[in-house]
Amino acid sequence: MWEYTEKVKDHFLNPRNAGVIEDADGVGEVGSLACGDALKLTLKVDDDKKISDAKFQTFGCASAIASSSALTEMIKGITIDEAGKITNNDIAEYLGGLPKEKMHCSVLGRDALEKAIANYRGEPEKKVDGEIVCECFGVTDLEIQRAVKENSLKTIEDVTGYVKAGGGCENCHDKIQEIIDSVNGTPVTEKTRHSKLTNIQKIRLIEETLEREIKPELKKDGGDIELIDFADNTVFVKLCGTCSTCSASQLTLKHYVETKIKELVSPELVVEEVAQ
Amino acid sequence: MKTIYVDNNATTRVDPQVLDAMLPYFNDFYGNPSSMHSFGGEVAHKIDEARIKVASLINASPDEIVFTSCGTESDSTAIHAAISSVPDKKHIITSRVEHPAVKNLCEHLSKKGYRVTFVPVDRKGMLDVDYLYNSLTDDTAIVSLIWANNETGMIFPIEEISRVVKQKGIVFHTDAVQAVGKVPVDVDKSKVDMLSLSGHKIHAPKGVGALFVRKGTRFSPFLIGGHQEGGRRGGTENVVSIIGLGKASELAGNHLKEVTTRVGQLRDKLESELLRKIPNVMINGDSENRLPNTTSISFEYVEGESILLMIDEFGICASSGSACTSGSLEPSHVLRAMGVPFTAAHGSIRFSLSIYNTEEEIDFIIEKLPPIIEHLRNLSPFWK
Repeated sequence: MWEYTEKVKDHFLNPRNAGVIEDADGVGEVGSLACGDALKLTLKVDDDKKISDAKFQTFGCASAIASSSALTEMIKGITIDEAGKITNNDIAEYLGGLPKEKMHCSVLGRDALEKAIANYRGEPEKKVDGEIVCECFGVTDLEIQRAVKENSLKTIEDVTGYVKAGGGCENCHDKIQEIIDSVNGTPVTEKTRHSKLTNIQKIRLIEETLEREIKPELKKDGGDIELIDFADNTVFVKLCGTCSTCSASQLTLKHYVETKIKELVSPELVVEEVAQ
Repeated sequence: MKTIYVDNNATTRVDPQVLDAMLPYFNDFYGNPSSMHSFGGEVAHKIDEARIKVASLINASPDEIVFTSCGTESDSTAIHAAISSVPDKKHIITSRVEHPAVKNLCEHLSKKGYRVTFVPVDRKGMLDVDYLYNSLTDDTAIVSLIWANNETGMIFPIEEISRVVKQKGIVFHTDAVQAVGKVPVDVDKSKVDMLSLSGHKIHAPKGVGALFVRKGTRFSPFLIGGHQEGGRRGGTENVVSIIGLGKASELAGNHLKEVTTRVGQLRDKLESELLRKIPNVMINGDSENRLPNTTSISFEYVEGESILLMIDEFGICASSGSACTSGSLEPSHVLRAMGVPFTAAHGSIRFSLSIYNTEEEIDFIIEKLPPIIEHLRNLSPFWK
C-alpha cells in the first residue's frame, strides 16, 4: 500500500473544487485514459488577472485526485502570473509530500495549469517539443530534461516516477540514462562509447567476449566457436564441436552469441555463421 | 471497523484449527526432525503425517511431495530441475498470463540463451491450445502453465494439455497455487510431472509451499545442502508451517464442496448485483472454466486504486489490476494479454472470496460500491 500523507487522503476523500466551470476563461487538459490518469482544469479569471475560481475533473489514482484538488486550492485568489510560477514540487509540498513513484501526479497538475494559463492568454496550443523518447507514454526528451533539471533526478527510476517515461516496455532506458548523464554533466556511458569504437577495437572486444563469456558457456555442452572474419559490423564465426552438428545451433547463434556480442561490444553488430 | 476480507487470492486467514495444530511445535516440541533422538524423531513423524495429508489432497503419493518455502520456490525448483535435466534443450513454453513467479523467471532465462514461447490467450483469457501444440519442438525442455489464473480465476485445461505434452516426452509443470483447494486437482488424472502449491492460499501460514514431483521425473535440488526432503531440498524444515500446511490440506479437502457451491453462489451474487446496479461494467473472463471464488470486474472510466482506497474506508479489502497498483505504470499483464481495453483495464477490481465470507458481507459490498463508482465517475473528465 502507498504511504500517503493525511493531507493526500483528505484531498482524495473530500476533493475541493471538483467539476467544470462552464464559461471558463482558461482550460487545460492533459493525460489520457490509456496513460491511466488525466486532468481537466478550468479557470475563471477576474479583471485584476486574479484567479477567482478553479475547478478540476480527474481520472486517476488517489494521488492524482488529491494533486488536482490541492492545485485548485493553491491557485484560487492569486494572479495568473503568480500561478505560472507554481512547480510540481510546490503541489507535492502542499500535500506534505508524495511517494516518489507518484510524483508524476504533481507533474500532471503543473502541466494542466500551464496549459490553462496559456489558453487564458490566448497563446496557441504548444506543439509537443522535442523527440519522443518513451513511446509507451509519449514522453519527449525535452520533458525528461526538464524533470531531471527541476527535480535533480539521478536515476531512471526517478524519471519514471516523475514523468512516467521508461515505465512501460523499458526499451528507452538507455536513452533516458543518456539524458540524465547529459543534464548532470557526467561522462558518456560505456554503451555510448562503444558505438564510437574503431574496427580494431571492436575486433579486440569481440575476441575478448568470445574467450571470456561465450566459449566457456558453449564448452559446457561440448561446443566451441571460432572468429573467422569481421566486416561491415558483421561478425563471421564458425561453430565447432557439438555445436556444428546441433540442430539448435542457429538458435544458439542468434539468441545467445549475438545477444552477448551486442550487449558487451556494440549494439549494431550482427553475427553470421560461415559455411562449413 | 469490521474487516471484510475479499482478497483471498492474495493470501488467506490461517484457519483456527491449523493454528491449534501448529502451536505446540513452536516451543514444546521444537526438536530438529533430522536429529537422532526421539525428541526430534517425534517431529519427523509429524512431518511425515503432513506429507501424507498434502499428497492426499492432490491424489499423489507422499514421497512425491517436497516441502518448500513458498509457491515461487516450488516454481523455480521445477523449472530449473527440468531444464538442467536436459541441458541441450533450449526452448521453454509458457503462457502470457503467468504469475510473476513463472513469468519473470522465464524472461530471465530468455536472457540466458533460452528461447521462450509465451502462448497467447483470447479475450476471455482462454489459452490458445493449438498455438501451444504447434510450438512443441524437439528442442522444448519444459512446458509450464498456470492451472488457474490468480487475477481472473480462468482455468486452463491442464489435464488435456498434459496428456499431449507427455506424449511428446516433454516435462510438464503447472503452477496450481490458485487451483488447489478451489477446484478438484488430481495428479492421477492429469499427467503433470510437477505441480506447485502454496500454503497461505489455503489457510495455512505464509512461508510454506510444496512441489509435487512425479515418481521417475528427473530432478535436481534448487537449494543444495543437507539431506532433508530425501535430498531434494536442503535446509532444516519449516516444521511448524509444514504441520500447518498438512492440517490446512486436510481441511481444504473437506471444504472443497462448500467452495464450489456456497462460495460460488456468493461470488455469482456479487457479480450479478454489481452488473445490475452499475452501468459500464464488464467481467474479465468467462463464466465457465473459472474458479468459483474469483471475479475480476472492470468499472469503465474510473481508476482501480481510487476504488480500492474508497472501499478501504469501509474495511473492504480487494485488489486491482490497474497501473497504479501494479507498481509498473502499466495495467496488469494478464488483462493486457486478454486485450482488455485501457478504459476498462485501469478500473479493474478483483474480489476473491473464501469460506469465511458471509452473505451479509457480500450485501454490504453491493450496497457500498455503486455510490463510490458514481462519485469517482463524476470526478472523471471522461464520464458524461
